[in-house]
Amino acid sequence: MIEVRELTKSYGPTLAVDRVSFDAKAGEVVGFIGPNGAGKTTTMRILTCYLTADAGNATVAGYDVLENPIDVRKNVGYLPESAPLYADMGVVEYLKFMAEVRDIPKSQRKERINKVIDICGLEGVIQKDIGELSKGYRQRVGLAQSLIHDPPILILDEPTSGLDPTQTIEIRNLIIEMGKEKLVLFSTHILPEVAATCSRILMINQGKIVANGTLEDLIEQVRSEEKIHLTIRGTEEEITPQLRELDGVTGVSHVKTDNGVVSYEITTSQEGYDASSKLFHAAQQNRWDLVELHHETIDLENIFLHFTTGISSDTPSNSIIIEEKDASEEE
Amino acid sequence: MQNIKAIFKKEFRSYFNSPIAYIFITFFLAFSSWLFFRTFFISGQAEMRGFFGLMPWIFLFFIPAVTMKLWAEEKKIGTAEILMTLPIKDYEVVVGKFLASFGLLAVTALFSLTLPIAVIVLGDPDGGTIICGYIGLLLMGGAYLAIGLFASTITENQIIAFILGISACFVLLIIGEDIVLFSTPNWLFPIFSYLGLGVHYSSILRGVIDSRDIIYYLSIIGFFLYLSASAIESRKWR
Ligand SMILES: Nc1ncnc2c1ncn2[C@@H]1O[C@H](COP(=O)(O)OP(=O)(O)OP(=O)(O)O)[C@@H](O)[C@H]1O
Ligand SMILES: [Mg+2]
Repeated sequence: MIEVRELTKSYGPTLAVDRVSFDAKAGEVVGFIGPNGAGKTTTMRILTCYLTADAGNATVAGYDVLENPIDVRKNVGYLPESAPLYADMGVVEYLKFMAEVRDIPKSQRKERINKVIDICGLEGVIQKDIGELSKGYRQRVGLAQSLIHDPPILILDEPTSGLDPTQTIEIRNLIIEMGKEKLVLFSTHILPEVAATCSRILMINQGKIVANGTLEDLIEQVRSEEKIHLTIRGTEEEITPQLRELDGVTGVSHVKTDNGVVSYEITTSQEGYDASSKLFHAAQQNRWDLVELHHETIDLENIFLHFTTGISSDTPSNSIIIEEKDASEEE
Repeated sequence: MQNIKAIFKKEFRSYFNSPIAYIFITFFLAFSSWLFFRTFFISGQAEMRGFFGLMPWIFLFFIPAVTMKLWAEEKKIGTAEILMTLPIKDYEVVVGKFLASFGLLAVTALFSLTLPIAVIVLGDPDGGTIICGYIGLLLMGGAYLAIGLFASTITENQIIAFILGISACFVLLIIGEDIVLFSTPNWLFPIFSYLGLGVHYSSILRGVIDSRDIIYYLSIIGFFLYLSASAIESRKWR
């Protein structure tokens, strides 16, 4: 449904999108992630024919974005970043306007409007002007607008930003629901959201697609960076060489020494628990006083950092950031 | 057509949803009534010439105030991004917006009919010239609106749009004024006197409607609407 080939766009000297290519089809929920300024919004704007690419081409719902922009737009529901809406219009008045310009036959307008009011939970605010709404409700009106013509493709730019946890979950469920039949392409900075809703992840950094696949695919790609945390009673001088000797160990980095206890982060050529048990056996053989041994599972945060910073996250400060985020995620 | 109608309705309503329409109508009527009754009490004549004669100058300030928000605001708050990703053509948006502002002008002109009614009550005017005056007023007003709309498409700041609108109208207005025409080189004279915004209006005011005058205003409107649509489209390549 969406086919993108070598799309390139720059704003003056800034290269915002750099030879981006990807495909997506109906029934997929594609999470579009990347750091600030990576080019997500720009890519979406090209796909919705708001902007024109400098080079490359894209077809959406079978129509070329350059040659048939009107047909492309008919098939797309778009929620721009931060849901820009007319503050002086009433909620229903706005949806009526949208239904009209979306060419929904007069006889069906009322039904469609009620439907999206229902889907987006707007019943409580239909009397209000958009300008009076809270950010979350404005976001919902924006979403309602994008759904009004029941489009086969939804392009949503940060649909859950500014929503409270309950609303966020509702919108996520809505995305999952929509993704059963439609193609949903949405961007977000909340990584657990991607893990929860997406059938595929598209990661962009500095205008380039750096990863594209299911969560499992991506985990596989960064598997070699899986780390094992090992803490042993002893001195660094004594233990480090012994660790380096071990079969399969590819990296040993000393994290800290505390009260006669040394901590390491270890990377090995083996996967997950195999590597851990190997280390455990080595500890038994060498009669190390093992204090702690655990292997860090790879999650989206690691993947994100791997693809977007190029830092293999073995600097201590970096791993601290990861752990903090992990903690906040579990709450 | 349906899209133009939808845009028109939205914009026209938005004028009346905000204070703009009321302020515009009130000030316009107050100002023009004052001018009218001033000539009436000074010269004792009940006639509309003073009212019509000053319109090019009154429009200079009033019309850009009506058009300044038309596109600048959409850009500023970002609603342009939803509007321009709807299955609507750029020119439909432009025409819809233009017609909405023209609608406001027409409503205002309708309210100002109280003046000719007063003239009829107080004196014995020439009905033909008053009708011509109103036709000229709407045509010239349309040209000002199109210029103001164009000014609004090239910036996202309403104040700048307002000032640009005034400046553009001012330049186009004065090149047709006698003072300027006297000092223009001979070869420019016919061009300036043809292009001047007020020139054709004055000839309509004399009571004859020449198709050339109508064509002039329609061309100005068409030209600036075309420029507006191009300015809106140019976002794509920036
Ligand atoms: N209108 C513009 N004019 C100039 N540069 C722009 C414009 N819009 C975006 N850029 C630049 O293009 C690059 C990509 O921006 P874009 O908005 O696509 O990023 P993004 O991935 O959506 O970021 P975010 O996560 O912050 O929303 C950035 O470097 C940005 O500064
Ligand atoms: Mg963005």
